[in-house]
Amino acid sequence: MTMKAAFLEVYRGFMSLLTGMRITLGQCFKPIITVQYPRQTLKMAPRFRGHIELVLDPETGKSLCTACKLCERACPSDCIAVDGAKLDGQKTKSVTEYKLNFTTCSLCGSCIEACPFDAIQFSKDYNKVSFSRDTFSHMDLVKRLEERRKIWAQQRPAAPPAEMPMPGPAPASTPQTQEQKPS
Amino acid sequence: MSAIQEILLGPGWPWVRLLLYLVGICAFVGANAAYLVLAERKGAGRIQRRPGPNESGYAGWLQPVADGIKLLAKQVMVPPGTDGFLYRLAPLMVMAPPLICLTVIPYGENLVARNINVGLLMVFSLGSINVMALMLGGWASRNKFAVISSARIVSQNVAYEIPMLLVVITLLMVTGTMNLNEIVQHQAGWFWHWNFFKVWVNPLMPVTFVIFFICMLAETNRAPFDMAEAESELVAGAFTEYGGMGFGVFFMAEYANIVVGCSLATILFFGGWQSPVVILSGPIWGPLWFLAKMYALVLTVIWIRWTFPRTQFYNLLNLSWKILIPVSLVTLLLTGAMMKLPLLLHHLF
Repeated sequence: MTMKAAFLEVYRGFMSLLTGMRITLGQCFKPIITVQYPRQTLKMAPRFRGHIELVLDPETGKSLCTACKLCERACPSDCIAVDGAKLDGQKTKSVTEYKLNFTTCSLCGSCIEACPFDAIQFSKDYNKVSFSRDTFSHMDLVKRLEERRKIWAQQRPAAPPAEMPMPGPAPASTPQTQEQKPS
Repeated sequence: MSAIQEILLGPGWPWVRLLLYLVGICAFVGANAAYLVLAERKGAGRIQRRPGPNESGYAGWLQPVADGIKLLAKQVMVPPGTDGFLYRLAPLMVMAPPLICLTVIPYGENLVARNINVGLLMVFSLGSINVMALMLGGWASRNKFAVISSARIVSQNVAYEIPMLLVVITLLMVTGTMNLNEIVQHQAGWFWHWNFFKVWVNPLMPVTFVIFFICMLAETNRAPFDMAEAESELVAGAFTEYGGMGFGVFFMAEYANIVVGCSLATILFFGGWQSPVVILSGPIWGPLWFLAKMYALVLTVIWIRWTFPRTQFYNLLNLSWKILIPVSLVTLLLTGAMMKLPLLLHHLF
């Protein structure tokens, strides 16, 4: 290496350091791009697969499910248990019980594929924690739908609150899912 | 007011003066360590486009308090098999030198605890003790990572002490005094009288500053030269076995050392408490100018840390022995030649 090349290398190296410092200084004054998680949350991607949930009909506030049990049959892990009953003055059956054993669910989506009424979908809920596994081995989707229906009813106060068909005894022990509700 | 000035600045009341400066310097070091950690984390956050600590207090302003409580609440444990005496001594020895160094730093025209004639020499001699204390801490820990780190600290500091002292000798030749206050007074006037801009004394003066600054980074074991605490290689280097406030003191000392190094750079190259524009000087403005310059350098240190990745060890030594030492020798020779040239010409003609 000649003398000149050696000096040039030192000079170029130093200049590259200054370039690096200029870049970081530039980044320093640009806006923050991170999401402050508990206070801000990102909208989940449309293809995100949370646990399955019953679809809420935005017109009626009821489930679209007719308890045909095709999902139950389609499930390769056998983790869905559906029960339905024919209510007074209705032609089709309505779902009364929809239990999901989320501990064995592999989120394959066969149930959603199988559903002829598009009555189930993947939820976008990823904040799932619990101290007991019962919370996830006996997820009561009808009850969860009922909770969502209340929010739905609040959001459109003009509409008369449609009564959710829930005959029969309420499930004996449905542990509450502990959720971190992002505000 | 005049009484306070008399005590702080004048020759009388030596014990009160001593006590006040002692408390003041300790408070200054403590506050600096606490809030420079926050500045560091905030700076890192800004450079990486995130807010940094923002949970405790308004925008994270109470984070140092939270950190301090956490560290104080932890047990100070001496791991079995270590040299207990040295293990406990090392944090104290690493904390003492920067505290002592700050006594000779002139913060303002008269605001200096001890205005001694060999201030510069004292700062550098105590700076070497700091290295030894870190080495002792690593050695006493009886941990292989800590011992490797100790060896690195020593070889790194030996390598970087040389160009740093050569650069300082260059400045000493220009100023002709080791009294830090006199060095500052030497740079009075507009900002082009600062040593950094004195290219007519030595055309390589800015290069000299760059060498000094790089060496200062290496001496204080800061990134990109933080071989002593290379997390990815050595867990936490010499501090691996330290927990609680023992670790905290090492951290405080690191920031105190940065403050001392940047103060020295300010005094040697940027005119200390001198105003850059002649006006706005005086007993109040002096310390403010000093702090402004010093903290600008401290922020640059933080900025550098979050810009460059850690160097490899042989690159670190190559940089010192192959580039910094030859260049600083050249500046030394050049300064000598520039100073003696007029004399020679005067004699010849």
